[in-house]
Amino acid sequence: MSAHLSYGRVNLNILREAARKELREFLDKCGGSKAIVWDEYLTGPFGLIAQYSLLKEHEVEKMFTLKGGRLPAADVKNIIFFVRPRLELMDIIAENVISEDKMHSPRDFHILFVPRRSMLCEQRLKEQGVLGSFINIDEYILDLIPYDGDLLSMESEGAFRECYLESDQTSLYHTAKGLMTLQALYGTIPQIFGKGECARHVANMMLRMKREFAGSQTQILPVFDSLLLLDRNVDLLTPLATQLTYEGLIDEVYGITNGFCRFLPPEKFSKMQLNSAEELYAEIRDKNFNGVGAALSKKAKIISAAFEERHSAKTVGEIKQFVSQLPHMQAARSSLANHTSIAELIKDITTSEAFFDNLTVEQEFMTGVDTDKVNTYIEDCIAQKDPLIKILRLVCMQSVCNNGLKQKLLDYYKREILQTYGYEHMLTLNNLEKTGLLKPQTSTRNNYPTIRKTLKLWMEDANEQNPNDISYVYSGYAPLSIRLTQVLARPGWRSIEEVLKMLPGPHFEERQQLPAGLHKKRQQGENRTTLVFFLGGVTYAEIAALRFLSQMEDGGTEYIIATTKLINGTSWIKSLMDRPEAQAS
Amino acid sequence: MWREHKHVFSISNVFKLKESKRAVNSIRSLVEEEDEEDDVEKVSWSGEPVGSISWSVKETESSIRSTGEVRDQSFPKIHTAPSLPKNSSGYSLSSLFKEHSEKLLTSLILYLLDCRWSVHDDVILLWQDYVSDWTPEETVKRMQQGKVYSLEKFRSLQDKLLLLDEAVNAHDGNVITAVLIYLKKSLSKEILFRELITREIALRHYIHYLKEIGEQKLLLMQYRDHLNVRDENKRRDFLKNCLSFPFSPDDATHVQDHYTLLERQIIIEANDKQVESSGQADIFKKYPRKASILNMPIITTLYYSCFYHYGESDGTFSSPANIRKTFRISDKQFLLTCLGARAKLKAWFDVDALFTTKNWLGYTKKRSPIGFHRIVDILQKNNAPVQVLQDYVNLVEDVEQKISLAQKYKCHDVIINTYRDLKDRQQLIVYRGKVERSSSEYRKIEEILSNSVRW
Repeated sequence: MSAHLSYGRVNLNILREAARKELREFLDKCGGSKAIVWDEYLTGPFGLIAQYSLLKEHEVEKMFTLKGGRLPAADVKNIIFFVRPRLELMDIIAENVISEDKMHSPRDFHILFVPRRSMLCEQRLKEQGVLGSFINIDEYILDLIPYDGDLLSMESEGAFRECYLESDQTSLYHTAKGLMTLQALYGTIPQIFGKGECARHVANMMLRMKREFAGSQTQILPVFDSLLLLDRNVDLLTPLATQLTYEGLIDEVYGITNGFCRFLPPEKFSKMQLNSAEELYAEIRDKNFNGVGAALSKKAKIISAAFEERHSAKTVGEIKQFVSQLPHMQAARSSLANHTSIAELIKDITTSEAFFDNLTVEQEFMTGVDTDKVNTYIEDCIAQKDPLIKILRLVCMQSVCNNGLKQKLLDYYKREILQTYGYEHMLTLNNLEKTGLLKPQTSTRNNYPTIRKTLKLWMEDANEQNPNDISYVYSGYAPLSIRLTQVLARPGWRSIEEVLKMLPGPHFEERQQLPAGLHKKRQQGENRTTLVFFLGGVTYAEIAALRFLSQMEDGGTEYIIATTKLINGTSWIKSLMDRPEAQAS
Repeated sequence: MWREHKHVFSISNVFKLKESKRAVNSIRSLVEEEDEEDDVEKVSWSGEPVGSISWSVKETESSIRSTGEVRDQSFPKIHTAPSLPKNSSGYSLSSLFKEHSEKLLTSLILYLLDCRWSVHDDVILLWQDYVSDWTPEETVKRMQQGKVYSLEKFRSLQDKLLLLDEAVNAHDGNVITAVLIYLKKSLSKEILFRELITREIALRHYIHYLKEIGEQKLLLMQYRDHLNVRDENKRRDFLKNCLSFPFSPDDATHVQDHYTLLERQIIIEANDKQVESSGQADIFKKYPRKASILNMPIITTLYYSCFYHYGESDGTFSSPANIRKTFRISDKQFLLTCLGARAKLKAWFDVDALFTTKNWLGYTKKRSPIGFHRIVDILQKNNAPVQVLQDYVNLVEDVEQKISLAQKYKCHDVIINTYRDLKDRQQLIVYRGKVERSSSEYRKIEEILSNSVRW
């Protein structure tokens, strides 16, 4: 289940193994048969670390979802709660423990906090009078989860909102901790680059933590040559644009959660895991959707040719060899069938008039056409009561591409939105303004055209089938964040000082001393390895662009990607909306 | 309304004490000279703090029990605050110090804090023990009298709220504000706002305070709380309360509109519910209301009004014209909403009237702030008959667009007439092949083609 993690430049399976080892150790601490009570939110991220079989090997016999009232009957010695440190969950746990029938076989209770223990939670358990009932209270540090062979995610949904809206930097602390764990396993990263306020904070924390652990330096040859920390608010534009890679579109249309995607029935593959373990998927996911059809049909020809070979097999040996390949061929065929169906579903959407109109407007904004006027398409969408998130994505994009909207224009959009969708959304609009996604234009002139030209964010002749530039992932738009990464590798940021100053937050470079003897001697032509960390989220299209750079023949750098969360424009805007539960019901 | 309030650790400047090593020895003299404490030379605590305190405890041990009994009577409210520690034994340092001068202790401790050194834990404990006996009532009284006080000991939410209620009862703006500042510091905003909803006076003080310090952000959070109010009348009242907040001009307009909207919705809802159940109006019988109009956006409300209250005079709250004016709805939005509602009812005459304008000569003409091709789309979505549709297709200016729309919605007459006017014989012949032989369209094309005068 995890072989795909070790194929890449950096063997991320080491990280996964370390996480599994820790999990096993905790399970063994609670001797005897056990049942796990899950905070439902955690099952997704845990699924990336371990399957049920691992738990079973360590005598986990039952699994329940955490809910109030009495725990279900289970003839086990231990009950273990796997929970996030949240007060409301503590109350549920206390309810479970209190209503436990004490006369009937007594069971031992344990808690595993993910990712950190919390004094506040323990205090709450104490107030409820149940703290003493727990034999083990432990924490399971799940900061960076290996998501794929070149991808790590913290799966922390609220990170952007917390950092940029609520000024709560807890997730930055977790990021720094996660990077320390990574360095313990893969060696000290000698160079740290960064752009943005949060990046600066994380780098500072890392350097401080390193000083504090100065005594326990790991004697591991560094695997990463450099780390690049990027704030999401340095590039607010990219996630707003509709992703046009295969994987990006799957995420835009259906949504990928914890590496799984739910397609609507009646498809038989209603829930599917999407990663590089599937050969075909690894081949096509980063392609522009317009190139996917050709790739699929080419693959179909190869597979049917392989099946045809059975006719040419004459000798016993040849037949034997053919049979031995059958399982692999059959898997390939069913994989092909699945992706052909998915591609057809997506094609229905991408060929629709609505999709085309929306994309046209996006591209107009990104190329700077009429970004200072009322856009009639947006107006029409509001009049038709299209989903609010769609409207917000477009209005924010117009604002970002115009370095803010004229007060009159901004007021007009705001009024139309509030009148059509309800006044309570002024809270959401306010949040968008606070994060800079929506803003009134100040006296300074619009600097977006300068940024666009200097970084070549728009490429007229993007080749979708056989790309020669990262702009293929958005059919013309080259993601700003990835351009920054590309320029850093060659020729270096000094060449774009002016543009860097226009983008928010400081840019910096730090060096970490390596223990003597651990300096890497690079072979002639050997690529550098850079870890790019997106603070506040990254899109699948950006990942595709980085993979494209890794594969470029004369690129010279291979990238490993880490992030707080995989996002798209919709999930991102949603996380910034202000809709307390009271309203939803 | 609000002036900088004295706070326990900020009044230390009263005691600008010089350093000396005679602190312990001078305690007695301090007591004696309490009225002129500013002149007293005060000294550092570098001696034996523990010993000194235990010395004081021993010194006064004999007088403790009697004061302990008195104390129970002087704290009648303590039972309302269950989390306050109740000292079962009369052996309390605070009662000890009541015997002595209160100023002695405060000056001592403040001095120590001022020196920022060697404040022994015991001293802090002593202080805490001392102040922890003040009830909310007593604390508020002390605040009013300008005496030293401490709010930090009100730790639980319940205690804090008792303190707030006590402050409100005292009607002293300064005290209320001081308590609010403490609550703002020590409570999460959500909890504070939740509690303030039910305490109007405190809320007003808080708003004023926020205004003074210019915290717009918190105002919006306060506004957000309306979402937690279920009952529509209470929600309306809550929004009314929000009206006086010093929002930015922009936000203020929106909040005002929100309040006005809900106020109207409540009136309309009550009225329509009654009319509907009495069975007086046909429109409700024919199209029973699917949901209440309460808390719907303004555009939805306008749609509702165009659906059920069309043609009402401008003066009524529920008439489309009144809503349009009150909420400054743009021409486009108004037209689209109105069109949607009237088309849904198949009131084609009303639809027609929406676009008809008369010029000064009395000629009528159809005008629209939105392209007629979009009007056609909307009408078609509402299943308008071809006779109605073709009137609007005809109004589309762009000929190509007109023909493609006409083809899409099968408005044969429009197509035939357009080709005729364009004198495009070829297209007419092609089109003849597309309609049925027995149809009137076919005959019409034949007629035009055979009319030799035209060609």
